[in-house]
Amino acid sequence: MQVSYYPGCSLEGTALDYAASIDGVATLLDLELVELDDWNCCGASAAHSLNHRLSLALPTRNLMIADRAGRDVVAPCALCFNRLKVAEKALTGGKGAELDVPYRGAIKIWDLLDYLTQDAFLTTISQKVVKPLEGLKAVCYYGCLVARPPAITDKADYENPQNMERLLKVLGVTPLEWSFKTDCCGAGLAVARPDIIHTLVQRLYERALAAGADCFVVSCQMCQANLDFSQERISEKFGRDYYLPVFYFTELIALAFGFPKVKAWLEGHLVDPLPLLQKKGLIHHIAPRLKPPFEEI
Amino acid sequence: MENKTPVTSHIAIQALRPAYALPERLTRDHLLVSSCYQCRKCSGGCPLTFAMDLLPDRVIRLALLGQEDMVLNCRTIWVCSSCETCTTRCPNGIDIAGVMDWLKEAAVQRGRAIPESDVANFHRFFLEAVRDGGGRLPEALLMRRFTLYQIKSGHSAWEVLRNLKLGWKLLRRGRLSLRTHPLHNKKEVSAIFKESGF
Repeated sequence: MQVSYYPGCSLEGTALDYAASIDGVATLLDLELVELDDWNCCGASAAHSLNHRLSLALPTRNLMIADRAGRDVVAPCALCFNRLKVAEKALTGGKGAELDVPYRGAIKIWDLLDYLTQDAFLTTISQKVVKPLEGLKAVCYYGCLVARPPAITDKADYENPQNMERLLKVLGVTPLEWSFKTDCCGAGLAVARPDIIHTLVQRLYERALAAGADCFVVSCQMCQANLDFSQERISEKFGRDYYLPVFYFTELIALAFGFPKVKAWLEGHLVDPLPLLQKKGLIHHIAPRLKPPFEEI
Repeated sequence: MENKTPVTSHIAIQALRPAYALPERLTRDHLLVSSCYQCRKCSGGCPLTFAMDLLPDRVIRLALLGQEDMVLNCRTIWVCSSCETCTTRCPNGIDIAGVMDWLKEAAVQRGRAIPESDVANFHRFFLEAVRDGGGRLPEALLMRRFTLYQIKSGHSAWEVLRNLKLGWKLLRRGRLSLRTHPLHNKKEVSAIFKESGF
């Protein structure tokens, strides 16, 4: 099965680990991700903050590439997904008249988590689980922009999405209820106002611990980065020794399939998840952490 | 929280001479600030209020009242993370996060003093890096430029060092690519930047 794939810029940089795990899982599920030809940056928060026109024109170029390819397009990054949807709504809703492009609109834009939690995939996944991740208690953290605003994302369960929970149950993980699954991590303010990120992320850590979680599971690399990169800093700042690894949902799929490359992907995390996985008996033999063997750098 | 609002004499004067064009221009751009009935649901659900000088509902109200100086000079529009909670929950369908974006763009275009200059500059460096990197964001280039900016604009050495330390850790973990990935057709993206006036 083939689907168009729009990885987005951070999957060529700070989220190389996510990119590797997506490639791995797609192969395991016999899904061929066909990268959009010569795609560009969607402009992210920077474009919609400073230049409305640019913020529509950049994702429109990608959408047109996908439209010409004629296959549904999948985006693993929440912001890329959201900007593609904004461009789609502008082109189909008449607001994008100034863009003047012949958009046919016969394709669907998917967020990766939604795509891989369709019933057919969940059935395939359940058949391929060889090592259920029993004993792992997780909170699902969806973040903002795959869900909101529903007028753009076309999501029905934008306040309380459930598809990651459904997936985790199939993998044997215990997903815990908590009320903060679509709360904001601060996203693009991470570099310019890290203090804001620390406040938001520390709240999420406290709430996840209060729910009884061992770890976060995310489907957005920006959420992963903000939660994972700030842990050491918030431990210093708020005087509590936080330890909650932050998994991409794709890593847990591969782990439950017993796929050996998972360990290399997990080397990319700043919060080392191996002690947790070893404690839960989900991974054996821990070698000292090495530099991960991603292709790029 | 509201008492952080800069109340200066020219703002007091504007209370008497509102800029009526402001709500009109917002409405023309489908940002219907006049639909607001002040339920304050936007401010109730906003996760960033702790860092704001005006609550989101105030921004909407002041924009409707033509209080241009207050809304274009405030911190709120820049610390808004565009999480879209307000836009999602507004019972009157106002795209509140969209209003924040509109005001940011207007503040820059009109050469206003920006109280959160680091945030605004980060956005600018981001777009410049995409443009100069040939259509995709070279994260390492962005971080290099932003760090230089921080040094030049007098940020503490401690803060700069902490960023460098994080960069080093990411590099060791294989999560920082030093390569750029320019497009084959980078001219097309340059043209988009030019047409958009960036």
